Amino acid sequence: MQTMKPFKFDWLVLPLIGVAVVLLLWQVSCATWAKDLPTPLKTWESSKPYLMEPFAKRGEMDQGILRFTWYSLILVAKGYFLALIIGTPIGFLLGLSKAFTKTFDPIIQVLRPVSPLAWLPLGLVLFMGAGKNASELGALFTIAICSMWPTVLNTAVGVRAIPQDYLNVAKVLKLSRTKTLFKVLIPASLPYMFTGFRLSLGIAWLVIVAAEMLTGRPGVGGFLWQEYNALIYEHIILCIITIGVVGFILDRLMSLVEKRFKTI
Amino acid sequence: MAYLELNNVSKDFGGTPVLKDINLSVEKGEFVAIVGFSGAGKTTLISLIAGLLKPSAGLLKLNDLEITEPGPDRGIVFQNYSLLPWLTVFENILLAVEAVNPNWTPEKRQEHVEKYIAMVNLTPARDKKPGELSGGMRQRVSVARALAMDPQILLLDEPLSALDALTRATLQDEISRIWSENRKTVVLITNDPDEGIYLADRIIPLTAGPNATLGPSFKVEIPRPRDRKSINHDAHFKQLRREIVEFMLGSKQDRHMAITKKLILPDIEPEDLSIPRTMTSWRKTPIRKHELKEESVEVKP
Ligand SMILES: Nc1ncnc2c1ncn2[C@@H]1O[C@H](COP(=O)(O)OP(=O)(O)OP(=O)(O)O)[C@@H](O)[C@H]1O
Ligand SMILES: [Mg+2]
Repeated sequence: MQTMKPFKFDWLVLPLIGVAVVLLLWQVSCATWAKDLPTPLKTWESSKPYLMEPFAKRGEMDQGILRFTWYSLILVAKGYFLALIIGTPIGFLLGLSKAFTKTFDPIIQVLRPVSPLAWLPLGLVLFMGAGKNASELGALFTIAICSMWPTVLNTAVGVRAIPQDYLNVAKVLKLSRTKTLFKVLIPASLPYMFTGFRLSLGIAWLVIVAAEMLTGRPGVGGFLWQEYNALIYEHIILCIITIGVVGFILDRLMSLVEKRFKTI
Repeated sequence: MAYLELNNVSKDFGGTPVLKDINLSVEKGEFVAIVGFSGAGKTTLISLIAGLLKPSAGLLKLNDLEITEPGPDRGIVFQNYSLLPWLTVFENILLAVEAVNPNWTPEKRQEHVEKYIAMVNLTPARDKKPGELSGGMRQRVSVARALAMDPQILLLDEPLSALDALTRATLQDEISRIWSENRKTVVLITNDPDEGIYLADRIIPLTAGPNATLGPSFKVEIPRPRDRKSINHDAHFKQLRREIVEFMLGSKQDRHMAITKKLILPDIEPEDLSIPRTMTSWRKTPIRKHELKEESVEVKP
């Protein structure tokens, strides 16, 4: 029972102090050098309708914050799964074949740091013929290509890190290629793969905002950009906080899944 | 022509050879034990026979065919168990049984696997993962897996080294019994001459590495079934053991060796319970460091 006090103090009170400090800095900033920044109180007042009726739909670009979040999540989910479906096999090939690595690693290293803001126009150009789906396809392309790299690289590392012992078992038993893949290679690299999946999800969520801002699709990012243009700066802060909280929750969920799949 | 034949086999990993000029022939149905010091190259030798390593020079033949790759005709008990940690005991053995007998019905395979799990007394642990087993239990799974493959030749790399004396004796008897029943060819690697003498027809010492090579064969002329209790008083047993140990120490004659050990001196000072435990001490940080010492012992033959 003696440990209860420090426990509560550490995990509840300290983070609250952190929030209070930031709110204070925010307030002070509003009063001093950032005159255009809405105060915390104003932000709260102005955000209330979006928070209190989170699923309301008043218009295309005037909806509850969770409804916007939902749109964004759906788009992210699509792009993310695309990234996993493409990225995992590429990672396996990189991990298994030296020749493949030598051929494609330089390209991957060059494409990896390219920003979503650079990919999006290309995505829009690529799917220009798709008519009204062009912006969605362009956004999906951007999310997929930006978020797949952690999956690719972690899967490759995981495959390379498979202990020789496990491969020896497969060799001695003369397991077929498919059996080796499903009974040895995949389970052995699963923990690494899931780390990649988690990092990829983080990036996919980062990209969504940029994609929505540029395409003007309804969602948290689209809303943010629209409210900036409409000079309602309170909602920019609302969106930022929402994006952060959702990203945090996604990461937590993924790390739970990651733990669940610890095979070794 | 012997069943397993090694001709002037050498193996290096780029530097000085680990194994040099290994000559060995094992007859079908023979039980051969190879004893050697730690690091001499025993695992390397068994990996060569298994086909997991290629020799740098020389020729290995099994059944008059050159060994070029691993295969399920050679059942191996790896020194480090090599169980797949994501499969249960049952599944690990089943994977091997499926690989060897692709035409069996699922019921037959299951029955076969259960039989071998029971043989090593692991039925209660049937659905556990290797991570939940003790070292000795893992070794038993590994032994069961190799036996369940019903291979032509069994390669055992220190299969019982992680076991306590009692379990070890039980499994030695088990191996002895299985061998007597099936007369499989067995190559047993061990660091315990007594174990070799108790189990094998023939003991071959591996000299200390590098450039390790096989010494002369010592034939074990103790009739089977051998009795563990009386064997210790057997004159032939004592004689053999002395000769083997002498040979092995002699092979080290010209090598100076020092064994360095890291010692952790135990804490004898009691912990002060009156100090309140704060968050930091709560997180497992030791209050007092263990005392570390290094001890070096010169080994002279
Ligand atoms: N893949 C490898 N690459 C380089 N050196 C190796 C490799 N495998 C083994 N060796 C070296 O070969 C020597 C013999 O190793 P090996 O594992 O065969 O010894 P061992 O007799 O089985 O020892 P132990 O009784 O401890 O199991 C060691 O010096 C080791 O460093
Ligand atoms: Mg070894």
